Amino acid sequence: MALLVQQVQTGNAGANPIEFVEQSTGEWTLRFLLLSLAATPVAQILKSAWPIRLRRMVGLYAFFYATAHLLAYLVLDQYLNWRDVLADLAEKPFIVAGFLSFLIMLPLAVTSNRLAVKRLGKRWKDIHNWVYFAAVSALLHYVWLAKGDRIEPLIYLLVLLFLLAYRLTRLLGSSSR
Amino acid sequence: MHNPEKKSGLIKSSEITDRDIFRNRRAIIKASMALGGGAIAAGSIAGGLAMANTETGAGGDNGFQATDELTAKETATSYNNFYELGTDKGDPLRYANRLVTEPWSVVIDGECDKPGTYTLEDILKPHPTEERIYRLRCVEAWSMVIPWNGFSLADLLKRFEPRSTAKYVAFETILDPDRLPGQRSRVLDWPYREGLRMDEAMHPLTMIATGMYGETIPNQNGAPLRLVVPWKYGYKSIKSIVRISFTETQPPTSWNMSAPHEYGFFSNVNPGVSHPRWSQAKERRLAGKTKGVSSLFAPKIETQLLNGYADQVASLYEGMDLKKFY
Repeated sequence: MALLVQQVQTGNAGANPIEFVEQSTGEWTLRFLLLSLAATPVAQILKSAWPIRLRRMVGLYAFFYATAHLLAYLVLDQYLNWRDVLADLAEKPFIVAGFLSFLIMLPLAVTSNRLAVKRLGKRWKDIHNWVYFAAVSALLHYVWLAKGDRIEPLIYLLVLLFLLAYRLTRLLGSSSR
Repeated sequence: MHNPEKKSGLIKSSEITDRDIFRNRRAIIKASMALGGGAIAAGSIAGGLAMANTETGAGGDNGFQATDELTAKETATSYNNFYELGTDKGDPLRYANRLVTEPWSVVIDGECDKPGTYTLEDILKPHPTEERIYRLRCVEAWSMVIPWNGFSLADLLKRFEPRSTAKYVAFETILDPDRLPGQRSRVLDWPYREGLRMDEAMHPLTMIATGMYGETIPNQNGAPLRLVVPWKYGYKSIKSIVRISFTETQPPTSWNMSAPHEYGFFSNVNPGVSHPRWSQAKERRLAGKTKGVSSLFAPKIETQLLNGYADQVASLYEGMDLKKFY
């Protein structure tokens, strides 16, 4: 984030700094989201707990960037013109998908502290499984908004599908046992 | 795509007369400027001729000299869509040297009496260039204001003596996948193709640019010669042209082929026709500051019908539903 501000400050953000801020905060959100989803598989493969310990922090980074991304859209891009925001929501499914992803992440971030984990008990895991929907929604948001070149969004999508497939095979494997 | 209701027809003599009037007006304004009358004199003459259009910011020169704040040269030459060189906005500048512009020739074919392969020199030699300041509106909802150097496309096309059967003009960009990195991927069906109806091509505002900001046009902006059609979305202004064909039927165009529901043949700037990804009601003008945190705080501006050139070109589309023929 500091790097981002510095890039804007020095003019390295290019000719369209607002678009630059929107794009980079969006991409970092996706990266941290996918990274948080990768924690469990990596822990299982390495048979080590450290990825799980990092998971909360990674998830909160994702939420932090998602918030920055949303604010960049609302404040910098739309200049807090709510009519334009509503028109965008009404017209463009990718905007809806983006909002949805943020709305799903919000309660997850709020319940990420130890106290909430304790209080919610078993339900905590159910609530936090929603992260998959947040990730799918975020990926839809990215794939839909791509113009001609869909390679980068598709790479992210592939990573997500790979992670989902890994979970699914584990799930099926354990239930058939 | 459908055939437009308005027939394209030949160059009408009235259009040629119009052009001369445009020229004369320009000459009068220039003369008054030279006499030291400056902006006030120019303004009053423009007002006297009832052609000032302050509302659209089109200025008092029939669209030839936009009065909007100019986009910095560094911005216009570093933030480009030229997919032949890559899809990132910085790619065209980054890979600019992959575009080899010497030697260059242009194939002229189709419905005309003087077809052939013309060298760049043959193409450009007879045409004195002039500076025109046009707004450029990208379909991605950003815009720039650029001083181009070049000449009217009509002057070039007339030399090839188009026949009465020539209803459209088709253009092609260079195809060189060995050198151009973007042409190795299938983002678009190469070569890049664009087209105009004959009357659009013959309109005095439609120009061939060979320079910008008083210098030779850089590769990333479409060297050595490109089209500039200021009232249409930027992708119509095809770069690095190697072929011009006169056709009887509407030619296929690249973005329309790639996504026909998103990009029409006409692609006139129209705030009333929304695109699936970009609302076209407003645009981000890339003109002023691009450095420092304050550059992040600037509202978008309203997009004008036909990019503010309605006074000049709306008559081309009389009786046509521009929402249907987008």
